[in-house]
Amino acid sequence: MIEDIKEVTEKERKISLHGQHHKLANVQEQLDVLEHGLTGNSTLTPFRENLKQSGLFPLKPTSIEILQINVGKMCNQVCKHCHVDAGPDRREIMTKETMQQCIDALKKNSSIKTVDLTGGAPEMNPDFRWFVEEIKKLNKQVIVRCNLTIILANKKYNDLPEFYKQHHIEVVCSLPFYTADRTDRQRGNHVFEKSIQALQMLNETGYGIEGTGLILNLVYNPAGAFLPPLQSSLEKEYKDALMERFGIRFNQLFAITNLPISRFLDYLVRTNNYESYMEKLVNAYNPAAAENVMCRNTISIGWDGYLYDCDFNQMLELKVSDPSNHISQFNKESLSQRSIKTGQHCYGCTAGAGSSCGGAVA
Amino acid sequence: MSNHYYNADDLKKFGQVADFQKNLGDSFFKYYNEVFKDSELTAREKSLIALAVSHAVQCPYCIDAYSSDAYEKGWSEGQMMEAVHVACAIRGGASLVHGVQMMNKVKDIAM
Repeated sequence: MIEDIKEVTEKERKISLHGQHHKLANVQEQLDVLEHGLTGNSTLTPFRENLKQSGLFPLKPTSIEILQINVGKMCNQVCKHCHVDAGPDRREIMTKETMQQCIDALKKNSSIKTVDLTGGAPEMNPDFRWFVEEIKKLNKQVIVRCNLTIILANKKYNDLPEFYKQHHIEVVCSLPFYTADRTDRQRGNHVFEKSIQALQMLNETGYGIEGTGLILNLVYNPAGAFLPPLQSSLEKEYKDALMERFGIRFNQLFAITNLPISRFLDYLVRTNNYESYMEKLVNAYNPAAAENVMCRNTISIGWDGYLYDCDFNQMLELKVSDPSNHISQFNKESLSQRSIKTGQHCYGCTAGAGSSCGGAVA
Repeated sequence: MSNHYYNADDLKKFGQVADFQKNLGDSFFKYYNEVFKDSELTAREKSLIALAVSHAVQCPYCIDAYSSDAYEKGWSEGQMMEAVHVACAIRGGASLVHGVQMMNKVKDIAM
């Protein structure tokens, strides 16, 4: 079924699966692998069966408190595990008109307190700064998921730390490990070195420094086909290593599990790790983590304004099961009643200590 | 009975050894889990020790388990190989140090 997925060349790594016209750029192909396995006869327990056992099926929202907005798939990096399949060749970015629709929805829904901006590299959207400023006028907490290297990618981005500070934005940065080797293998050559420079710039601005109130959180995700270790132990290791080697400080570490979709799915299939990885996720199913999955308090918005239960469902093009499935028709009451769409990929959020955009949940 | 002594899938059945003797099995796993917790040594440090010991006792199940565990806990390939060399050096040294006994014996009987 998937046997024609070949070893990637160095050149292919610099563009997205989409740009390569890769078989797994097709969402239906991904869903087929997830639902039926590589040979079409998956023996893995369906996710909904575990949810039923935990008394959580159909999965319902608790309350909608966070809007996670994906402002585009354009990125200066092509990380091997990216679930967005982002890259410099992606052109899908949110228009100012759709951003305005997001702002209108936020104005009408004061109970939504947090806006989490992601991408791609969200800062590459030409209207990013305008959007942040408009959201801050509504007195919302704004989180930006920054890949760090964007700060050094071009002169026009060098003042991002100052911009973040000016608007009191919480910055969540990807740093998959505190050594260059693992970071670069996942994110590209010299990414670690640039990330360290960017973190030092953020520290100089006051980010991650006690007493400033400027929050700098880091994200760990495994550089391979395995689950994250215990978040609290890892945070201590990160803090010790980054302080000792580079004098860097940060607030919290979020340990995030890689979900078997898009480029990480491609990696798993190519390296013959798909089945054993899925088995690991299924065996590590934790009802306490399932109880706290992030899709229960978050709505994810795609670059084109469509609504999803989470960023992963967004990449699998599984829109919310609700008639108001576009930000222009945002209806919090109706969305609060919907059933959340789940699939085998959801095991990624319920394994072990669980995984969310804020790290472990159990 | 399978037709070979070692099967990678058997590692997943480790917990089932308690089926034939529950008390001892349960006691062992309780102890085992306690041993590998963060304590005076971190779970991470213990994982690397376990990897080295796995090679010393040449247990393929343990090597499988602790190669993954040590890598997951952030040890690099180089660090893991150095741990294996520690096991190797101790094993080799254990043989070689007995050469002193050989020398003693030879000195006893030689003219």
